[in-house]
Amino acid sequence: MRWALVLLLTLTACEREQRQYQLPAPQASFVKQGHVLTEHNAYAMSQGKTLFRWFNCSGCHSNGGGGMGPALMDDKWRYGNNPEDIYTSIMEGRPNGMPSFRGRINEDQAWQLVAYVRSMSGWAKKDAAPGRSDALYPGEPENMRDKRN
Amino acid sequence: MQSILQSAGPQAAHIESLWWLTLAMCTAVFLAILVALGLALMRKRRGTAATPPDISFITKKERAAELAVVAGVGVSLLGLIVLTLASFVTDRALASLGAPDLQIDVTGHQWWWDARYDDQDKSKIFTVANEIHIPVGKPVLLRLRADDVIHSFWVPNLSGKKDMIPGRDATLTLQADKPGVYRGQCAEFCGAQHAKMALLFIADEKYEEWAAAQRKPAPQPANEQQKRGRDLFVDGRCAMCHAIQGTTANARHAPDLTHLMSRQMLAAGAVPNSIGHLAGWILDPSSIKPGSNMPPNPMEPDDLHALLAYLGTLK
Repeated sequence: MRWALVLLLTLTACEREQRQYQLPAPQASFVKQGHVLTEHNAYAMSQGKTLFRWFNCSGCHSNGGGGMGPALMDDKWRYGNNPEDIYTSIMEGRPNGMPSFRGRINEDQAWQLVAYVRSMSGWAKKDAAPGRSDALYPGEPENMRDKRN
Repeated sequence: MQSILQSAGPQAAHIESLWWLTLAMCTAVFLAILVALGLALMRKRRGTAATPPDISFITKKERAAELAVVAGVGVSLLGLIVLTLASFVTDRALASLGAPDLQIDVTGHQWWWDARYDDQDKSKIFTVANEIHIPVGKPVLLRLRADDVIHSFWVPNLSGKKDMIPGRDATLTLQADKPGVYRGQCAEFCGAQHAKMALLFIADEKYEEWAAAQRKPAPQPANEQQKRGRDLFVDGRCAMCHAIQGTTANARHAPDLTHLMSRQMLAAGAVPNSIGHLAGWILDPSSIKPGSNMPPNPMEPDDLHALLAYLGTLK
């Protein structure tokens, strides 16, 4: 019984820590697949957080608090907060300023960003969302935020 | 090639002599202990189970044993003092190389090295990656930083090790007396590709010529194919992280590629810099360095050839 429990506990951590370096080639069903791969994965979200900084998303969204662009950590979503909606916002752009990143970033990078953006308003599993930031940050880390609708 | 026993500069020479002294003393101590052990083993048993115990030491002093203990403690103490002094003198020597001629800011990233050559004249500052040239016989000051996690800078033939900690500046002075190529390697585990985070330190007799060439912006594309390659680079994925001076690509999250073709290795020492390896690296980096932050870039053959043709001009 005890061993079964230990086995069960180790199994729950698998999905969180899995790092898939070689991703499947882009295909028709990729929209769903990409999301399944990154949704509860700590590595994907941490990469998403890095890319959020690298690609200067903060230039408009300011660490999620909003500035020139809308806030990403509140409960308002102009274009929906389903992973597919956020993916479309990133890859195709939206009116009034959101540029299209298609051709500039890879599909898997976009999915990592989607997973991270969802974690900003508490939509990711807390055990997989990023913890403290590397730099000074006044708010609560992503894994401490409650889900906002 | 990567050895502290083939020192190529004063810093490494100090460390090498300290290493030899420590080795000699430790060997001597080890041999002395083995001899003492041998003597103890050879010493005959002085009686059988029937002999009454020897308790003469209560009344009679054991001069020989006393002398051996005192001498042993004295020699050990002396040895330790010599090693401490030698280490102190070496440290002092390492810190007094003289005023540096050149300052380079070296930043460790997962998993590559960024080197920015500082200059009083701001227009002379330039950036390279993974291959650092220095003049021969002149002290160089390195300012070491880390961008993401803790790395450690170590070129064994030229200097000691120095940790690079995010948010802190560490400095290291070194000098190469013999021209040559010295390999360095990250010496602090820093993630999946720690083993493939190498750099080449090149003590270059023609340093000034090299630096002058590195300061130049990238050449303009000479034909239609190269022009198409440049447009792919600047308008596509590459420019999201890489920089090429003289174009609008100016991101700083990946190696500066202005003079990519002047380097010997690709991907921080992972593979030699040839067109074939470069094509493989662009298409599928995870087959060379799984987990690398360079994403896969599937593209049409024509586009790939155009991009390679353009990158080939970055000498």
